[in-house]
Amino acid sequence: MSLFGSFFGRGSKTSAPVARDRLQILLAHERTGNGNESDLLNKLQAEILEVIKRHIAVDQDKVQVKLDRGNSVSMLEIDIEVPQMRPSGQP
Amino acid sequence: MAKVLVVTSGKGGVGKTTSTAALGAALAQTGQNVVVVDFDVGLRNLDLVMGAERRVVFDLINVIQGDAKLSQALIRDKRIETLSILPASQTRDKDALTAEGVASVMAQLREKFDWVICDSPAGIERGAQLAMYHADHAIVVTNPEVSSVRDSDRIIGMLDSTTEKAKGGGKIEKHLLLTRYDPARAARGEMLRIEDVLEILSIPLLGIIPESEEVLRASNLGAPVTLSSPDSPPARAYAEAARRLEGEKLEVTVPVERKGLLASLFKGKS
Repeated sequence: MSLFGSFFGRGSKTSAPVARDRLQILLAHERTGNGNESDLLNKLQAEILEVIKRHIAVDQDKVQVKLDRGNSVSMLEIDIEVPQMRPSGQP
Repeated sequence: MAKVLVVTSGKGGVGKTTSTAALGAALAQTGQNVVVVDFDVGLRNLDLVMGAERRVVFDLINVIQGDAKLSQALIRDKRIETLSILPASQTRDKDALTAEGVASVMAQLREKFDWVICDSPAGIERGAQLAMYHADHAIVVTNPEVSSVRDSDRIIGMLDSTTEKAKGGGKIEKHLLLTRYDPARAARGEMLRIEDVLEILSIPLLGIIPESEEVLRASNLGAPVTLSSPDSPPARAYAEAARRLEGEKLEVTVPVERKGLLASLFKGKS
């Protein structure tokens, strides 16, 4: 195949996988922000943060709560980033 | 026991009205009593697509406001005896569509028909919410295109949270109807594949309607595509989808043009 041909193939023919990947990333984010679900997730995030704060100093945005809707099972993913383990009250 | 079906999508122009008409006609052809209900108040089109635009006297809003009886607003299809249309209002304010009014009309329709198919307006506002509220089944019409898939995802979220079924702790049965699909383009990687859309939306597949000139021809003529050209690929896809709705287990395929028919036409001409 010529260089020209493969260049064209890349540019015009394989846009569908790009569409799929963009959608998957976008929807993973949007699904956590839908109606009742987002209320629940915000509440969970706030309460989890509260509990953790009693013991460790963490930032608001270091606690991520995500819900992935699946066919039969949904997965609740809680991601807490802790920079350094230090007991609370110490600088 | 009547089944209430909503045909919805979020995005406009993906084929909700076309699909409502085609599936309604296909179900009615099997002898079932079917009514198709236009919920697009202010922008009604189901009557036009089904060729009943000149027979509209009363509409859904008239019935809700008590200006007409349900039986006066229902239009019996001229081609299929068991198919009726309940048109939307073209002129009234869409606020005239009240939750109580819709509930009362839906209860009456459940008494009269085997299938009540609600054609939802585009969007996620009140009209769309009312159209889906009483549904037992939802058909999510999706084009293999990013904005349509995104909106369908949003609608699926609403079906699971804001419908009567969902509020009562139940689950609305959701079905994906992939429309305007072009297998050749998908094979070349130019269009989202069926598997891609299914993986992203993760609801069961009801059918794949191939892109076809017959769909525009049908709306030009004011006939559901299942009636205007029953042998065409989209008509066969809709007919099979209707059989799946009735519980038949059929493998989902993309119907193609019947070569035999074309060949015999050519023979006839030469």
